[in-house]
Amino acid sequence: MKPKTLFDKIWDGHVVRSIEDGPDVLYIDLHYIHEVTSPQAFNGLKERGIQVFRPGKTFATADHNIPTKDQHLQIRDELSRTQVERLSENCRKHGIELFGLNHPKNGIVHVIGPELGYTLPGMTIVCGDSHTSTHGAFGTIAFGIGTSEVEMVLATQCILQPKPKKMRITINGNLHKGVTSKDIIMYIISEISTGGATGYFVEYCGSVIKSLSMEARMTICNMSIEMGARGGLIAPDETTFDYMKQLPSLPGIADLESSVNQWKKLKSDPDASFDRELEFDASSINPMITYGTNPGMGMAIDESIPIAENKNKEASSSYLKSLDYMGFRPGMKLLGHAIDYVFIGSCTNGRIEDFRAFAQIIRGRKKAANVTALIVPGSKKVEEQMAAEGLIEIYINAGFKVRQPGCSSCLAMNDDKIPEGKYAVSTSNRNFEGRQGPGARTILASPLTAAAAAITGRISDPREFMNEENNLKL
Amino acid sequence: MPKVKFSILESTCVPLPFENVDTDQIIPARFLSATSREGFGDNLFRDWRYTKTGEKNSEFVLNNPKFRGKVLVAGKNFGSGSSREHAVWAIFDYGFRAVVSSFFADIFMNNSLNNGLLPIVIPEELLIKLQELIQKNPATKVKIDIEKQTFTIIPTKDSIRFAINPYKKECLLKGLDDIDFLLSMKNAITGYEINKSFVK
Repeated sequence: MKPKTLFDKIWDGHVVRSIEDGPDVLYIDLHYIHEVTSPQAFNGLKERGIQVFRPGKTFATADHNIPTKDQHLQIRDELSRTQVERLSENCRKHGIELFGLNHPKNGIVHVIGPELGYTLPGMTIVCGDSHTSTHGAFGTIAFGIGTSEVEMVLATQCILQPKPKKMRITINGNLHKGVTSKDIIMYIISEISTGGATGYFVEYCGSVIKSLSMEARMTICNMSIEMGARGGLIAPDETTFDYMKQLPSLPGIADLESSVNQWKKLKSDPDASFDRELEFDASSINPMITYGTNPGMGMAIDESIPIAENKNKEASSSYLKSLDYMGFRPGMKLLGHAIDYVFIGSCTNGRIEDFRAFAQIIRGRKKAANVTALIVPGSKKVEEQMAAEGLIEIYINAGFKVRQPGCSSCLAMNDDKIPEGKYAVSTSNRNFEGRQGPGARTILASPLTAAAAAITGRISDPREFMNEENNLKL
Repeated sequence: MPKVKFSILESTCVPLPFENVDTDQIIPARFLSATSREGFGDNLFRDWRYTKTGEKNSEFVLNNPKFRGKVLVAGKNFGSGSSREHAVWAIFDYGFRAVVSSFFADIFMNNSLNNGLLPIVIPEELLIKLQELIQKNPATKVKIDIEKQTFTIIPTKDSIRFAINPYKKECLLKGLDDIDFLLSMKNAITGYEINKSFVK
């Protein structure tokens, strides 16, 4: 038999039918929905007079458009409130389980899915959110879809999808102190650009990936979309199985041992071929920051902003427009540049390990007076864990307040907006113009780099705040 | 539910020669709170189209009366970022029926085709040439023929054959709907569920 990649195995195992010269009809094992991209899909079902086909395979949360303060009160913004209420109505009407606002298991869809044990190796998973790629960390084919496709899944548990090409990204070598999974993925994106993996589904391999925790793997897979990839996945291994075993519940699993034995088969065959192969050496990676308005515009924290060379007119004017928006110039160094806001949270870096990392640097120090910090756990469970581990106390002692869970300032649909012209060091995933509020200037970074900025009020190298003992691998 | 059919389009163009235009620029997140598909065109490119005080930004192309048309000629890597279909709804609602670029983000491409907005990929050199032609003469017209899969710059007669998935081509030409198609396959889907042997 022809050797297959892990991606091929999962994809081919889910094709209900291949349309000649067309897309595949792909069966979806698990569908997550949230309040922003689902209402129009439910409207579509209503117009057709049909019900959700397999309500037990869809799970819902409210995360994108909710406040992170006073969640027990009514949502003030009328449109946001209507959207969140509409989700509740739709879930009730169609028998879909909802982890809505104030539910003890509420949180960001890509944080709670794995926490609640719904995301399982070998699955096909979709959600009307591009960061669905996060779940690829468990050896799944997980990708973001539009609302028309949400409607397809609700109506038939399938979507029509052309099969992407396959790319393998291998990272070997030794990671430097202070370099986290966020830096690894930001480095890769800066090397191959924001469209560098468009048309591909990525498998991440190599000794560095194998050494990472599940949380760190989720951060890597999460940002696959930022290089244009349809998604990214990592073959499950002992780290994955250990994570699954410590979960309080695994709703779809009757016998975990036998499932683990099945999951062990989920890997690419040794001779499987990929359409494109890239290799990176971990020792080339340093703590990263972005300087422009897309995630491909990243550099090591101590480098200077590149000078646009060999670019055509269109590319070079786009580049300068982007730097102009940020208030930066080519050749400029950003270390020491004053900042105004720090945001830690989102589906990229809103998990317990991220808050531990942040705490490691702020412990025993004080927040800089010029910094406003938004500390937003990815879920209620993360929030509880922070309290149980004493992290909240560390944050409070350093002058920080902890918000309630939600997507928050990552896309700033709620009130957590960065004001115009202000600089935010953010652990989220996108530094697009206006992403964190009209005119906001986003500098993407790891939780360690965000912590260093929070206590100095400037873009600062996190390695200066670390000793040998707190060399975390995140 | 059949959609609007699309076969031949002849139109002037609106040029937007920036690279990496993401869906947050096309429709900022703060306008995503609606629960219907209508009305997003009003906020298309909102933060480029209007000033901070809410007036029209006269420098932005959509506010320039010289440029009108049903074809948006965008830069490389158009539609990257968020999967929000609202971006496509906004472009369509504004009145565009095709977007031309040298490179599109995957999800944007799927979302466009699912809404009858045609994304056309043309070589980068031709894209740059077209941008320049439109800037010099805003009356420059292009012709899109889906049946023949041709994209033609009418005054220069530059013509290329563009790629489109044959299934999607048929959907556009006949106004077919994906969900009707999937619903017609219910037996096959149920059969898959029963016989499924894949690990889970």
